[in-house]
Amino acid sequence: MSEAVAGHYTSTGLDSRKIGLWTFIGSECLLFGSLISTYLVYKGKSVVGPTPQEILNIPLTSISTFDLLMSSLAMVLALAAVSRGDKVWSRVWIATTAFLGLVFLGFQVYEFTSFVHEGLTLQANLFGSTFFVLTGTHGAHVLAGVIWLLTLLVRSFQGKLGPEKAMNVELAGLYWHFVDVVWIVIFTVVYLLQ
Amino acid sequence: MSEQSSNHEQGHPGVGTYLTVAAVLAIITLVEVGVFYVPAFQNILAPVLLTLSGAKFVLVVGFYMHLKSDHQLFRVIFTVPLLIAIAVGVALLFLFGVVTLT
Repeated sequence: MSEAVAGHYTSTGLDSRKIGLWTFIGSECLLFGSLISTYLVYKGKSVVGPTPQEILNIPLTSISTFDLLMSSLAMVLALAAVSRGDKVWSRVWIATTAFLGLVFLGFQVYEFTSFVHEGLTLQANLFGSTFFVLTGTHGAHVLAGVIWLLTLLVRSFQGKLGPEKAMNVELAGLYWHFVDVVWIVIFTVVYLLQ
Repeated sequence: MSEQSSNHEQGHPGVGTYLTVAAVLAIITLVEVGVFYVPAFQNILAPVLLTLSGAKFVLVVGFYMHLKSDHQLFRVIFTVPLLIAIAVGVALLFLFGVVTLT
Protein backbone atom coordinates (compact mmCIF):
# COMPACT_ATOMS: atom_id res chain seq x y z
CA MET A 1 0.00 0.00 0.00
CA SER A 2 2.79 2.42 0.93
CA GLU A 3 4.54 1.66 -2.40
CA ALA A 4 1.33 2.34 -4.27
CA VAL A 5 0.99 5.67 -2.51
CA ALA A 6 4.66 6.54 -3.08
CA GLY A 7 4.44 5.72 -6.78
CA HIS A 8 0.91 7.18 -7.21
CA TYR A 9 -0.09 4.05 -9.13
CA THR A 10 -3.67 3.35 -10.19
CA SER A 11 -5.36 -0.01 -10.90
CA THR A 12 -4.25 0.48 -14.53
CA GLY A 13 -0.60 0.40 -13.42
CA LEU A 14 -0.22 3.96 -14.66
CA ASP A 15 0.80 6.93 -12.55
CA SER A 16 -2.33 8.71 -11.34
CA ARG A 17 -0.67 12.12 -11.64
CA LYS A 18 0.09 11.47 -15.30
CA ILE A 19 -3.50 10.36 -15.96
CA GLY A 20 -4.67 13.49 -14.13
CA LEU A 21 -2.43 15.76 -16.17
CA TRP A 22 -3.50 14.21 -19.48
CA THR A 23 -7.13 14.69 -18.41
CA PHE A 24 -6.35 18.32 -17.60
CA ILE A 25 -4.70 18.71 -21.02
CA GLY A 26 -7.83 17.21 -22.60
CA SER A 27 -9.95 19.84 -20.85
CA GLU A 28 -7.52 22.52 -22.02
CA CYS A 29 -8.12 21.37 -25.60
CA LEU A 30 -11.76 22.33 -25.10
CA LEU A 31 -10.83 25.70 -23.58
CA PHE A 32 -8.45 26.69 -26.36
CA GLY A 33 -10.76 25.12 -28.96
CA SER A 34 -13.52 27.47 -27.86
CA LEU A 35 -11.22 30.52 -27.84
CA ILE A 36 -9.81 29.74 -31.30
CA SER A 37 -13.32 29.09 -32.64
CA THR A 38 -14.50 32.43 -31.22
CA TYR A 39 -11.57 34.18 -32.91
CA LEU A 40 -12.44 32.54 -36.24
CA VAL A 41 -16.17 33.27 -35.95
CA TYR A 42 -15.51 37.00 -35.44
CA LYS A 43 -12.60 37.18 -37.88
CA GLY A 44 -13.04 39.95 -40.45
CA LYS A 45 -16.17 41.29 -38.73
CA SER A 46 -14.59 44.34 -37.07
CA VAL A 47 -16.25 47.52 -38.25
CA VAL A 48 -13.27 49.69 -37.26
CA GLY A 49 -9.49 49.14 -37.35
CA PRO A 50 -6.83 48.22 -36.70
CA THR A 51 -7.15 44.99 -38.68
CA PRO A 52 -4.84 41.96 -38.47
CA GLN A 53 -3.26 42.85 -41.82
CA GLU A 54 -2.37 46.32 -40.58
CA ILE A 55 -0.93 45.36 -37.25
CA LEU A 56 0.40 41.79 -36.98
CA ASN A 57 4.19 41.49 -37.14
CA ILE A 58 4.96 38.14 -38.79
CA PRO A 59 8.81 38.27 -38.65
CA LEU A 60 8.76 39.06 -34.92
CA THR A 61 6.19 36.35 -34.13
CA SER A 62 8.13 33.84 -36.24
CA ILE A 63 11.11 34.39 -33.96
CA SER A 64 9.02 33.93 -30.81
CA THR A 65 7.48 30.78 -32.33
CA PHE A 66 10.96 29.41 -33.02
CA ASP A 67 11.92 30.33 -29.46
CA LEU A 68 9.00 28.32 -28.02
CA LEU A 69 9.76 25.33 -30.27
CA MET A 70 13.36 25.32 -29.05
CA SER A 71 12.14 25.51 -25.44
CA SER A 72 10.32 22.22 -26.08
CA LEU A 73 13.61 20.70 -27.21
CA ALA A 74 15.30 21.96 -24.03
CA MET A 75 12.45 20.45 -22.00
CA VAL A 76 12.86 16.93 -23.41
CA LEU A 77 16.63 17.21 -22.95
CA ALA A 78 15.99 18.18 -19.30
CA LEU A 79 13.82 15.08 -18.83
CA ALA A 80 16.50 12.89 -20.40
CA ALA A 81 19.17 14.42 -18.13
CA VAL A 82 17.06 13.97 -14.96
CA SER A 83 16.25 10.37 -15.91
CA ARG A 84 19.94 9.48 -16.24
CA GLY A 85 20.78 11.31 -12.97
CA ASP A 86 22.84 14.05 -14.61
CA LYS A 87 22.36 16.91 -12.13
CA VAL A 88 24.36 19.56 -13.98
CA TRP A 89 22.70 19.12 -17.37
CA SER A 90 19.25 18.71 -15.86
CA ARG A 91 19.69 22.14 -14.22
CA VAL A 92 21.07 23.62 -17.44
CA TRP A 93 18.16 22.38 -19.57
CA ILE A 94 15.44 23.24 -17.04
CA ALA A 95 16.90 26.75 -16.69
CA THR A 96 17.16 27.03 -20.50
CA THR A 97 13.51 26.04 -20.91
CA ALA A 98 12.38 28.58 -18.31
CA PHE A 99 14.59 31.26 -19.90
CA LEU A 100 13.17 30.61 -23.38
CA GLY A 101 9.67 30.78 -21.87
CA LEU A 102 10.51 34.16 -20.38
CA VAL A 103 11.88 35.33 -23.73
CA PHE A 104 8.58 34.31 -25.35
CA LEU A 105 6.69 36.29 -22.70
CA GLY A 106 8.97 39.25 -23.37
CA PHE A 107 8.06 39.11 -27.06
CA GLN A 108 4.37 38.98 -26.10
CA VAL A 109 4.64 41.95 -23.73
CA TYR A 110 6.41 43.93 -26.47
CA GLU A 111 3.76 42.93 -29.02
CA PHE A 112 0.84 43.81 -26.73
CA THR A 113 2.42 47.15 -25.79
CA SER A 114 3.04 48.12 -29.41
CA PHE A 115 -0.50 47.08 -30.39
CA VAL A 116 -2.00 49.23 -27.64
CA HIS A 117 0.11 52.18 -28.85
CA GLU A 118 -1.22 51.60 -32.37
CA GLY A 119 -4.81 51.69 -31.11
CA LEU A 120 -5.63 47.99 -30.74
CA THR A 121 -7.06 47.38 -27.28
CA LEU A 122 -9.40 44.80 -25.78
CA GLN A 123 -12.31 47.15 -26.43
CA ALA A 124 -11.20 48.62 -29.79
CA ASN A 125 -12.95 46.07 -32.02
CA LEU A 126 -13.87 42.38 -32.33
CA PHE A 127 -10.35 41.53 -33.52
CA GLY A 128 -8.84 43.18 -30.43
CA SER A 129 -11.23 41.40 -28.05
CA THR A 130 -10.74 37.92 -29.49
CA PHE A 131 -7.02 38.36 -30.16
CA PHE A 132 -6.09 39.57 -26.67
CA VAL A 133 -8.28 36.99 -24.91
CA LEU A 134 -6.83 34.11 -26.96
CA THR A 135 -3.15 35.08 -26.91
CA GLY A 136 -3.40 36.47 -23.36
CA THR A 137 -4.82 33.17 -22.07
CA HIS A 138 -1.99 31.36 -23.81
CA GLY A 139 0.55 33.78 -22.33
CA ALA A 140 -0.87 33.14 -18.84
CA HIS A 141 -0.32 29.42 -19.43
CA VAL A 142 3.29 30.09 -20.46
CA LEU A 143 3.79 32.11 -17.27
CA ALA A 144 2.37 29.25 -15.17
CA GLY A 145 4.74 26.87 -16.97
CA VAL A 146 7.75 29.10 -16.26
CA ILE A 147 6.84 29.21 -12.55
CA TRP A 148 6.48 25.40 -12.53
CA LEU A 149 9.91 25.04 -14.19
CA LEU A 150 11.51 27.43 -11.72
CA THR A 151 10.16 25.37 -8.80
CA LEU A 152 11.74 22.29 -10.39
CA LEU A 153 15.01 24.18 -10.68
CA VAL A 154 14.88 25.10 -6.98
CA ARG A 155 14.13 21.45 -6.09
CA SER A 156 17.11 20.41 -8.19
CA PHE A 157 19.44 22.79 -6.33
CA GLN A 158 18.02 21.40 -3.07
CA GLY A 159 19.11 17.94 -4.27
CA LYS A 160 15.51 16.73 -4.46
CA LEU A 161 15.26 16.09 -8.20
CA GLY A 162 17.01 12.77 -8.79
CA PRO A 163 16.10 10.05 -11.31
CA GLU A 164 13.41 8.77 -8.93
CA LYS A 165 11.64 12.11 -9.40
CA ALA A 166 11.78 12.03 -13.21
CA MET A 167 7.98 11.81 -13.34
CA ASN A 168 7.79 15.31 -11.82
CA VAL A 169 9.82 16.63 -14.75
CA GLU A 170 7.81 14.59 -17.26
CA LEU A 171 4.56 16.10 -15.94
CA ALA A 172 5.93 19.64 -16.25
CA GLY A 173 7.17 18.69 -19.72
CA LEU A 174 3.75 17.45 -20.82
CA TYR A 175 2.22 20.75 -19.77
CA TRP A 176 4.99 22.73 -21.46
CA HIS A 177 4.72 20.83 -24.74
CA PHE A 178 0.95 21.29 -24.73
CA VAL A 179 1.44 25.05 -24.39
CA ASP A 180 3.84 24.81 -27.35
CA VAL A 181 1.32 22.82 -29.39
CA VAL A 182 -1.40 25.41 -28.72
CA TRP A 183 0.94 28.14 -29.97
CA ILE A 184 1.62 26.13 -33.15
CA VAL A 185 -2.12 26.33 -33.88
CA ILE A 186 -2.45 30.00 -32.84
CA PHE A 187 0.53 31.03 -34.97
CA THR A 188 -1.03 29.46 -38.05
CA VAL A 189 -4.66 30.43 -37.47
CA VAL A 190 -4.17 33.98 -36.16
CA TYR A 191 -0.92 35.18 -37.70
CA LEU A 192 -0.48 33.36 -41.00
CA LEU A 193 -4.08 32.79 -42.11
CA GLN A 194 -5.10 36.44 -42.21
CA MET B 1 11.87 3.38 -7.09
CA SER B 2 14.93 2.64 -9.18
CA GLU B 3 12.84 0.16 -11.12
CA GLN B 4 10.30 2.88 -11.66
CA SER B 5 12.97 5.25 -12.90
CA SER B 6 14.41 2.72 -15.33
CA ASN B 7 10.91 1.90 -16.55
CA HIS B 8 10.27 5.60 -16.88
CA GLU B 9 12.57 6.04 -19.87
CA GLN B 10 11.48 2.85 -21.59
CA GLY B 11 9.94 3.59 -24.96
CA HIS B 12 10.99 7.24 -24.86
CA PRO B 13 12.93 8.42 -27.90
CA GLY B 14 16.64 9.17 -27.56
CA VAL B 15 18.40 12.53 -27.68
CA GLY B 16 19.15 12.02 -31.39
CA THR B 17 15.46 11.71 -32.16
CA TYR B 18 14.67 14.82 -30.09
CA LEU B 19 17.26 16.82 -32.05
CA THR B 20 15.98 15.53 -35.38
CA VAL B 21 12.40 16.45 -34.46
CA ALA B 22 13.56 19.93 -33.40
CA ALA B 23 15.33 20.40 -36.75
CA VAL B 24 12.22 19.30 -38.65
CA LEU B 25 10.02 21.64 -36.56
CA ALA B 26 12.37 24.55 -37.28
CA ILE B 27 12.39 23.77 -41.02
CA ILE B 28 8.59 23.50 -41.15
CA THR B 29 8.26 26.87 -39.38
CA LEU B 30 10.64 28.43 -41.92
CA VAL B 31 8.61 26.91 -44.78
CA GLU B 32 5.38 28.24 -43.22
CA VAL B 33 6.72 31.78 -43.05
CA GLY B 34 8.22 31.43 -46.55
CA VAL B 35 4.93 30.21 -48.01
CA PHE B 36 3.14 33.16 -46.36
CA TYR B 37 5.27 35.63 -48.34
CA VAL B 38 5.16 33.87 -51.74
CA PRO B 39 2.31 35.32 -53.87
CA ALA B 40 1.99 32.10 -55.89
CA PHE B 41 0.80 30.25 -52.79
CA GLN B 42 -1.93 32.75 -51.85
CA ASN B 43 -4.73 30.66 -53.42
CA ILE B 44 -3.75 27.50 -51.54
CA LEU B 45 -2.38 29.20 -48.44
CA ALA B 46 -4.96 27.80 -46.00
CA PRO B 47 -4.61 24.08 -46.85
CA VAL B 48 -0.81 24.31 -47.08
CA LEU B 49 -0.43 26.12 -43.75
CA LEU B 50 -2.95 23.88 -41.96
CA THR B 51 -1.13 20.77 -43.25
CA LEU B 52 2.25 22.10 -42.10
CA SER B 53 0.80 23.15 -38.74
CA GLY B 54 -0.80 19.71 -38.36
CA ALA B 55 2.56 18.06 -39.04
CA LYS B 56 4.21 20.15 -36.30
CA PHE B 57 1.36 19.33 -33.92
CA VAL B 58 1.73 15.58 -34.53
CA LEU B 59 5.53 15.71 -34.15
CA VAL B 60 5.40 17.50 -30.78
CA VAL B 61 2.58 15.37 -29.39
CA GLY B 62 3.99 12.12 -30.75
CA PHE B 63 7.67 12.51 -29.88
CA TYR B 64 8.04 15.22 -27.22
CA MET B 65 4.87 14.28 -25.30
CA HIS B 66 5.70 10.59 -25.96
CA LEU B 67 2.16 9.83 -27.09
CA LYS B 68 3.52 7.71 -29.94
CA SER B 69 5.15 5.24 -27.55
CA ASP B 70 3.19 5.78 -24.33
CA HIS B 71 0.20 3.85 -23.01
CA GLN B 72 -2.87 3.83 -25.26
CA LEU B 73 -5.05 5.25 -22.47
CA PHE B 74 -3.21 8.58 -22.68
CA ARG B 75 -3.89 8.71 -26.41
CA VAL B 76 -7.61 8.21 -25.75
CA ILE B 77 -7.71 10.80 -22.92
CA PHE B 78 -6.08 13.37 -25.22
CA THR B 79 -7.65 12.52 -28.58
CA VAL B 80 -11.32 12.38 -27.53
CA PRO B 81 -11.49 15.95 -26.13
CA LEU B 82 -9.35 17.18 -29.03
CA LEU B 83 -11.80 15.72 -31.56
CA ILE B 84 -14.75 17.18 -29.60
CA ALA B 85 -13.03 20.60 -29.63
CA ILE B 86 -12.44 20.37 -33.40
CA ALA B 87 -16.05 19.25 -33.98
CA VAL B 88 -17.43 22.11 -31.87
CA GLY B 89 -15.18 24.56 -33.73
CA VAL B 90 -16.30 23.33 -37.16
CA ALA B 91 -19.96 23.37 -36.05
CA LEU B 92 -19.60 26.99 -34.88
CA LEU B 93 -18.00 28.01 -38.17
CA PHE B 94 -20.98 26.55 -40.06
CA LEU B 95 -23.49 27.96 -37.57
CA PHE B 96 -22.15 31.51 -37.93
CA GLY B 97 -21.83 31.21 -41.71
CA VAL B 98 -18.05 31.55 -41.75
CA VAL B 99 -17.91 28.31 -43.75
CA THR B 100 -20.66 27.16 -46.08
CA LEU B 101 -21.16 24.00 -48.13
CA THR B 102 -22.00 25.91 -51.32
